[in-house]
Amino acid sequence: MAATAVLLQGNEAVAEGAIAAGARFFAGYPITPSTEIAEVLSQRLPQVGGTFIQMEDEIASIAAVCGASLAGKKALTATSGPGFSLMQEMIGFASMAQIPCVIVDVMRGGPSTGLPTEPSQGDVMQARWGTHGEHSVIALVPNSVMECYTLTVEAFNLSEQYRTPVIVLSDALIGHMREAVVVPQPGELRIAERGEPDCEPDEYDTVTSTLDNILPRPPLGSPFKVHVTGLVYNRLSGTPDTSDPAAAADLGRYLREKIYHHRDAIVRVEETAMEDAEIAIFAYGSVARSAKAVVKWARAQGVPVGMVRPITLWPFPTAAVDRMAEQVRAVIVPEMNIKQMSWEVQAAVAGRAKVVDHGRIDGKLITPAEIKELVKAQFPYHRWEEA
Amino acid sequence: MTALVDEQRLEESPKGDYQLPKVKPHTTAEIKAHLRSAKTLWCPGCSNGTITRALIDAILGLGLDPEKVVVVAGIGCSGRISAYLDYSTVHTAHGRALAVATGVKAADPSLHVIVTMGDGDSSAIGGNHLIHAARRNIDVTALVFNNSIYGMTGGQMSPTTHLGDKSTTSVYGNVEPAFDLCELAHAAGATYVARGTSWAYQQLVSVIAGGLGHKGFSMVEAMAICPVYYGRFNLTSDPAEFLRIQKEHAVPANKFDEGESRVRDHYPVGLLHHTERDEFVASLAKVRTRAQEATRG
Repeated sequence: MAATAVLLQGNEAVAEGAIAAGARFFAGYPITPSTEIAEVLSQRLPQVGGTFIQMEDEIASIAAVCGASLAGKKALTATSGPGFSLMQEMIGFASMAQIPCVIVDVMRGGPSTGLPTEPSQGDVMQARWGTHGEHSVIALVPNSVMECYTLTVEAFNLSEQYRTPVIVLSDALIGHMREAVVVPQPGELRIAERGEPDCEPDEYDTVTSTLDNILPRPPLGSPFKVHVTGLVYNRLSGTPDTSDPAAAADLGRYLREKIYHHRDAIVRVEETAMEDAEIAIFAYGSVARSAKAVVKWARAQGVPVGMVRPITLWPFPTAAVDRMAEQVRAVIVPEMNIKQMSWEVQAAVAGRAKVVDHGRIDGKLITPAEIKELVKAQFPYHRWEEA
Repeated sequence: MTALVDEQRLEESPKGDYQLPKVKPHTTAEIKAHLRSAKTLWCPGCSNGTITRALIDAILGLGLDPEKVVVVAGIGCSGRISAYLDYSTVHTAHGRALAVATGVKAADPSLHVIVTMGDGDSSAIGGNHLIHAARRNIDVTALVFNNSIYGMTGGQMSPTTHLGDKSTTSVYGNVEPAFDLCELAHAAGATYVARGTSWAYQQLVSVIAGGLGHKGFSMVEAMAICPVYYGRFNLTSDPAEFLRIQKEHAVPANKFDEGESRVRDHYPVGLLHHTERDEFVASLAKVRTRAQEATRG
């Protein structure tokens, strides 16, 4: 079958991407603006032999997702800010117990009920630090309907590979927008499978994952008879061990390092017109669409403006920001929150360039016109043509 | 303990339509073969060990394949059972065991999924999951260790602490009435509801085995004793005396007068409710068939 373009909504693309990635379990709770993901999967999953459950709340949803993943299925849930907040404890459980799963957060204005139908990027720090304690996380930020599809697939791949929850940070705009998408054919995209540990059940307690060899966990109900716990456990045996400070530190550092050690392999950044850029716009998600239009506008007038767009927001794209900081004199960070990522950029830039933040929290997308003004301020002697 | 075992009472359903399995007790060696460790952190006199043994006895009695048994536990004293049992085990977050178990069972219906929870786990922080698991009639067995108090955190009142009882957070006497967990589960739609006690071991094994054999949501409330906190604050810190009190207050279901007061520990034991209706995971399988037929059509 030849690839043809279809008109898809961002949330629909997330659902189709999940099925393409091999997800066969969804548990969720209706919440604007993510609900279409549940609606589509309630129809699609049973068709492919999968399971859809509408749970009693978001806490139950992420808990059921953890359970299904432990039983061997690729599993996801989808929600928005208030539900994402409710899920935080179990995201920590998934992180501690190393349970692969995908959480899609279609961001809306907050806090609390906030602006349910309007986009926001207010959850980027919640994605990183929402659950308590030291942990690492992977978060991907789509900026198009196509990326809703491909990054959902990638989220499953990363979650299986690193045995960790992976968060897809969409927003009300991307989620509800419709674009033409050429749906990848089977085989076109990489699909990571879980596999089984290469050892006998009675040897399982004596082997341990290393940073370069993260062992898959056998499913519940197998001869391995695994124990899964949210307590600190001995990394070798899996036995809960809360009395040995060395074991606690070893596990904690391992859980953090198993992501950071692979940062180069995980992090994806799109750089636009950065070769000779004097000014960079650091923009992610839907805001990057406005930023890209501004780069095009500036370049058409011969003004050296580029864009760094993190596709992976967490772990933070330190190497790309380093390169940017060495090259440009100023970085403009437009985002639909107040300074959440610009603080992070400022810390990484560490004084090597000026960081200009621009936040908007009224539920409206940051427009190219707003970003143009910020760019103009960086080139006070340039005579601008309007366009 | 001999005298107590002799007085064991095997109850039939109040309606006489469901015969509980009669399980022959297994030897300590047979029981220990299902334990990763026989060392526990439970206090001396705690009945959690008795209930754990009863669970293993029931699993052995029904001949369940240990490799297909999954125990999903909550947090608290009872939650620690997950580390001791030699099955696939999950020690989840406080209150979330039933929700995790819902995912496990739906993802792999071939598994025997047993959920162990405390009274706080199942009726306070996880109360919502209890009523919805019962409503769905998902084929898991919830075994509630009810010691009427939060033990792991040092003796605070729970939703099953009786009116007037003392705890570290109800030093002037509890002003909240207690939940009857069996009535709650029944009202929410559980298709098998039973209660046992740590005093009547053989009956406890039977009601757990009945739950494990039942197709649908089964809840077994195991009345536990906590001599260290609940007993010391309210009844007695002597475990043997506490068991005798439990024996006096537990009334066989078929002799229990509905009109009787349930003040404090006066409660019916045995099989309290049994019925059959569509099971959730089986219904999900039918949804798949319908969806696939619609796609083909």
